[in-house]
Amino acid sequence: MSQSDSEIRYLTPPAFEIKKKKYCRFKKNGIKYIDYKDPNFLKKFLNEQGKILPRRITGTSLKYQRQLATAVKRARHLALLPFVTDLLK
Amino acid sequence: MLNQYETVFIITPVLSDPQMKETVQKFKNLITDNGGEIVHEEEWGLRKLAYPIQKKTTGFYALIEFKASPDFISKLETEYRRDERIIRFLTVKLNKYAIEYNRKKREKNTIPTNKE
Repeated sequence: MSQSDSEIRYLTPPAFEIKKKKYCRFKKNGIKYIDYKDPNFLKKFLNEQGKILPRRITGTSLKYQRQLATAVKRARHLALLPFVTDLLK
Repeated sequence: MLNQYETVFIITPVLSDPQMKETVQKFKNLITDNGGEIVHEEEWGLRKLAYPIQKKTTGFYALIEFKASPDFISKLETEYRRDERIIRFLTVKLNKYAIEYNRKKREKNTIPTNKE
């Protein structure tokens, strides 16, 4: 497989090779409650503008994505997280 | 039936320190007077807000975890709205996972992590 690759120069590696299996972090680590009070943990699920990342990117299951969304909105209400920002990370 | 709640509120930073302590004490008394029972109480102190609230960029955060009857919550929230020193508040009902999470977090803080 790698020999044939070395002859063909790809500008970007074809998508099917870099696809890694997504998993739900909450199910895997057995996290049962998403705390709205620690912003550092929630920041992992926000992009640079402070928007919530969709499930297809993070791979979280529907149940925990909903809990995550309410936790982020509560944190925003308490000014622990910004509603919109330019450089969050 | 007493449910378990958790309330976080932000006090304006312009107050002096004793005034802030007095505000937090006022709400603690309000809870205990109305048949509530405080489980845990925390003060995060002055913190920078993610966005300015009422033209202020910092706020004094306080958290109270308590058990109370459901109808007390509306009384608590009208008291929050009436008190102009409170610029933001949030009351949340805790389910069993949340109670478990908070209890474990408290234990983690109290046990000194000694590295063998």
